[in-house]
Amino acid sequence: MDKAAIITVENVYKSFPMGTGEFTALKEVNLTFGEGEFTGIVGPSGSGKTTLLNIIGSLDVPTKGKAIVMGRNINDLTQKEAADLRNRYLGFIFQTYNLLPVYNVYENVELPLLLLGMPSKERDTAIRQALDWVGLSDKIESRPAQLSGGECQRVAIARAMVKKPKIVLADEPTANLDAKNSHHILRTMEALNRELGTTFIFATHDEKVIRYLRRKVSLEDGKVVADQSMKTQ
Amino acid sequence: MVTLKLAYKNIIGAGLRTWLNVVVLSFSFVLIIWTQGLYKGMNQQASRAMKEMELGGGQFWHPEYDPYDPLTLEDSHGPIPEELQVLIDKGEAVPILITSATIYPDGRFQTVQLKGILPEQSILGLPTGSLRNGQELPVLIGTRMAKSANLDIGDYFTIRWRDARGVFDAIDGKVVNIFRTTVGAVDRGQIWVPIDRLREMLGMPGEGTIVVIGKDTVVPEKAGDWVFRNLDYLLREIAEVIRTKKVGASIMYALLLSMALLAIFDTQVLSLFRRRKEMGTLMALGMTRGMLIRIFTLEGAFHGILAVLVGAVYGVPLLIWFEKNGWPLPDYADDFGMALGNTLYPIYGAWLVIGTTLLILLAVTIVSFLPTRRIAKLKPTDALRGKIS
Repeated sequence: MDKAAIITVENVYKSFPMGTGEFTALKEVNLTFGEGEFTGIVGPSGSGKTTLLNIIGSLDVPTKGKAIVMGRNINDLTQKEAADLRNRYLGFIFQTYNLLPVYNVYENVELPLLLLGMPSKERDTAIRQALDWVGLSDKIESRPAQLSGGECQRVAIARAMVKKPKIVLADEPTANLDAKNSHHILRTMEALNRELGTTFIFATHDEKVIRYLRRKVSLEDGKVVADQSMKTQ
Repeated sequence: MVTLKLAYKNIIGAGLRTWLNVVVLSFSFVLIIWTQGLYKGMNQQASRAMKEMELGGGQFWHPEYDPYDPLTLEDSHGPIPEELQVLIDKGEAVPILITSATIYPDGRFQTVQLKGILPEQSILGLPTGSLRNGQELPVLIGTRMAKSANLDIGDYFTIRWRDARGVFDAIDGKVVNIFRTTVGAVDRGQIWVPIDRLREMLGMPGEGTIVVIGKDTVVPEKAGDWVFRNLDYLLREIAEVIRTKKVGASIMYALLLSMALLAIFDTQVLSLFRRRKEMGTLMALGMTRGMLIRIFTLEGAFHGILAVLVGAVYGVPLLIWFEKNGWPLPDYADDFGMALGNTLYPIYGAWLVIGTTLLILLAVTIVSFLPTRRIAKLKPTDALRGKIS
């Protein structure tokens, strides 16, 4: 583990109602994530990767156990406090990019800063810097529909990184990309992790991603079956 | 401020969908103001004409006088109370003596109201000055009466009446003038003669049926047992007609507005359905449900604001044009029972415009808010998966 723990997951269970019974997506999960980690939660579909990511991202709460993110217990947060936690400390990258279609690249990246209430001058500097990191400074006026999949995901990375969050949660970020774009994206995220010390946690089963990880947590049927440090390329 | 900015961007970004809603809403907005202005104009035009030609600033009625019961005319006359005579002498009021009569133009007979009025009066807009001269009985009639009796200036016709003692008598009257007015109540079925001559004919010296007060005249508190009828009372029928017409029009524009609001409601519901992922993303970025509700409600409300602006672009010149040039009325408009004339001029007051604008903005905001209540129960994880909780 790197440095101080910023995420602690203790004995977490998560169940969902299913028909007349319920489906348990996570069982007795205990994990700690430190600052500056580049970690993957790996496992087949239905193993509970996204559920765990959602709990860490305060988008969901455990059925049992507790998850502490940036010193705050997710279970105890109100809807507003959870939104505030996400706003200040967390960045999200989604498999389908989730860019807002009516906004251009600049406006999409600007969104988290607007929510933070950053003054416009600082905002402009931060947006241009973030777009510079992902190599899209020449596309600020483009709408998502005018970009390729790889470019869209780079915009999503810029949007997640623009506020320099402590933690970035990426759910299958390369699933919709070809090999070339996947490597480009991963190298970008790796560079940002090294440069800014941001903790990256991926939910993935993509071998291309796994090759970049420094730590791999394997999930199977909602249980952690392995937690290992990795030798990166 | 952020929600306002995002809502504005979303609504503009939605393109054609937004503009279709806006245009439909602006139609109802302009139409509501236009029809309301027409009714306001109708009311004022009719009231003004009636005050000028028939009602003055109010009327004192003989206690027996009932305009809806011609049979009371026989008894509804009497000496004019002193308080009113003072005003008449000062030219601030005019007496009118009314009786039933039969006229025989071209050998036909027609029942009319025979009205005596002071030829020198200036309280009403009737051209009574033409009743001043002549040995014969000068008669003043309106165009409608002239048409129905087939009379022209210079024509003679026989008038038969019953005097105070119940004796029938007759005389030939000469049409000395024909006036044109929008007020049918002083024209249709009426013939005007000098009051002194009528008093002589009826054997009712110094008597009258009603006294019309000038519009700036101070109304005496008491005038014998005569009853004062103010303008509210005298114009109540016009107000009732306008109210009835307004109800009909309200149904029409309520339907129109409902269609526009339904389009916005539909857009909102569709938006919530189509943009679930967007809502999930915004929540992941740190937006609260309250902010999301505000954004979606504001997006709807912006339809109203844009409709007002778009409506103003074509509505203002259109309404100004109508205000200046009026709305030509067909000939049968004379039968509407209101003094409207050939052209109806709408009146658009500031309150009409402001009130309608606020009403539409409020309705649009409520309609936009209603579907967004579902967001209050929305789970971010469901939204990200494209589900509505």
